[in-house]
Amino acid sequence: MKKVTERLKRHAEHGKRWVIAVPTLWLMLFFALPFLIVLKIAFAESAIAIPPYTQLLTMADEAFDLHVYFGNFIFLSEDALYLTAYLNSLKMAAISTFLCLLIGYPMAYHIARAKPSTQTVLLLLILLPSWTSFLIRIYAWIGILKSNGILNNALMWLGVVDQPLTILNTNVAVYIGIVYAYLPFMILPLYANLVKHDHSLIEASQDLGARWLQSFWRITFPLSRNGIIAGSMLVFIPVVGEYVIPELLGGTNSLVIGKVLWQEFFNNRDWPLASSLALIMLLLLMLPIHFFRKYQEKEWEEGK
Amino acid sequence: MIEPSLSRDGVDGHFLQIKSIVKTYDDVVAVNDVSLDIAKGDIFALLGASGSGKSTLLRMLAGFETPNSGKIILDGEDIVSLAPYRRPINMMFQSYALFPHMTVEQNIAYGLKQDRMPKAMIADKVVQMLRLVHMEKYAKRKPEQLSGGQRQRVALARSLAKSPKLLLLDEPMGALDKKLRNRMQLEVVDIIESVGVTCVMVTHDQEEAMTMANRIAIMEEGSIVQSGTPRDIYEAPNSLQAAEFIGSMNLFRGAIAVDAEDHAVIDSEEINNQLYVSYGVTTAIEDKHVVFAVRPEKTLISRDQPQGEYNWCRGVVHDIAYLGGHSVYHIRLDNGKILYSFMVNSDRFADQPTWEELVYVYWSDDSGLVLRP
Repeated sequence: MKKVTERLKRHAEHGKRWVIAVPTLWLMLFFALPFLIVLKIAFAESAIAIPPYTQLLTMADEAFDLHVYFGNFIFLSEDALYLTAYLNSLKMAAISTFLCLLIGYPMAYHIARAKPSTQTVLLLLILLPSWTSFLIRIYAWIGILKSNGILNNALMWLGVVDQPLTILNTNVAVYIGIVYAYLPFMILPLYANLVKHDHSLIEASQDLGARWLQSFWRITFPLSRNGIIAGSMLVFIPVVGEYVIPELLGGTNSLVIGKVLWQEFFNNRDWPLASSLALIMLLLLMLPIHFFRKYQEKEWEEGK
Repeated sequence: MIEPSLSRDGVDGHFLQIKSIVKTYDDVVAVNDVSLDIAKGDIFALLGASGSGKSTLLRMLAGFETPNSGKIILDGEDIVSLAPYRRPINMMFQSYALFPHMTVEQNIAYGLKQDRMPKAMIADKVVQMLRLVHMEKYAKRKPEQLSGGQRQRVALARSLAKSPKLLLLDEPMGALDKKLRNRMQLEVVDIIESVGVTCVMVTHDQEEAMTMANRIAIMEEGSIVQSGTPRDIYEAPNSLQAAEFIGSMNLFRGAIAVDAEDHAVIDSEEINNQLYVSYGVTTAIEDKHVVFAVRPEKTLISRDQPQGEYNWCRGVVHDIAYLGGHSVYHIRLDNGKILYSFMVNSDRFADQPTWEELVYVYWSDDSGLVLRP
């Protein structure tokens, strides 16, 4: 019997290594390697060649030549367009995150309060749209928002407006698209947090004289802080680099970093500049990620 | 035969009146026409198994459930339609329900803040409450940094901070281990008595109810089986249910043979002698079936055959549970029935009957109870 358990234990140790190996390999292959390539290109010079940039390390005259070019970063800092694009992206991400929180919190709250059988159905409804391609869903919004689209037709038929509203190709359309697309990323962590709340705390609060709203602000909301932070990160971080939604729903003048990056890469074929843009975006996003991790660690420590 | 004792402050008032409360969930009747009168200053225990409706009744007092019908009158005011946050009632929850993101101080101040009490007064009251439960040193701690007993004290302080007219305790010792439980039971009672608040508690533990409460109501299937002082309920159970619920009982099913004014004789096939009680029993003429009940500690064991023809039986020692202070003897009668008898271990090395020894179990004429089956 002892032998069997020992053998099982050894297998378990072995298995643990395997379990860790798979994601490690995955991350090395699909994150670390591409990142290193981007890093390399960011410090190269643009060139008319294939690939269209200079090599970092060349072999000439029996010597290694290391050619590290900082020009891309200097160029980025000199042209105000890029700074504006970064700030626009951060603003867009911040507003979208706030809107997602505003809409997502009540939804998550009510799902968490529903009967367990209803909860499953509601969660399924949240996830169901993502079974369709993201791109197709964003295209569908064009059909809804355009001047003779579903929304305007409905509003005119109801007599709310007599002229079709211009929504498509404005920032409003971009926000609608982003909030629509990223809402599940806000709702799910919030739900996961809220569903664990002990209802007796709310009863205790009421018992001590607090009405529903007071109980919510003083008990439920502070206790859901982790869910709020997790959901906000999951929305904020990808929205900063969002390209598809501003491109399809926004106007031509909507200046966000995702679009600028695309233009530099595909239209100008300036791979080094695009890479350095991406690198700076990554550095910008590491700040909130870092704070989030610090916070999580603290929570973990307190939890123990 | 036992005088019902007055409530502690001697006033037999009706501070809390529960009148014909009914609560149903779909088709299930959780509380079935319960009425209770609770005097000011009482510590009143609702004792019952899970599903007996005791918790539902407590939650209706707190306002978390609304009765289908009936009244709850507290200090002259019907509170049934009042929301929980309007009731002058506070509850100590089973798992304490302390707010995990607040310190001990903030937890205790929570209810006072809802009343918009001035800050200085809140601070004074919090200190006073901390002193009451001996937790002054832990004011800045979070609940998770406290032990089970300390959490309970904080929960008690929080529920007493608003000076409620009625304090509710939901399974107050449920989250504590046995040793701590015995200590906290008395400590909690001391604190409640020093404040003088009227208290209704719910428990499934009869020992806890008898230790803490001065009045007990036994609940079963949504109804009150019996209510009274712990002694009333233990010594004079009014039904088989009540008798079996609290403590252990030796029961003999039988029928009345002699029904005189000052005594009764009962025939039972479960014992080789007749049973005798030294008081009159009111019985129905058409139904003579009764149950004779006698508590194990009221029976004696002897190696010699007792005198007389009533209230004794012969058996062998089937098992002995030595519990230190006393031993529980399991005596097997000739017909296979097992009787329980307590023997106090007053001598350290007494010559007591041992396994498989032939013994006689007997009891005095006023020890037994006659109950309806």
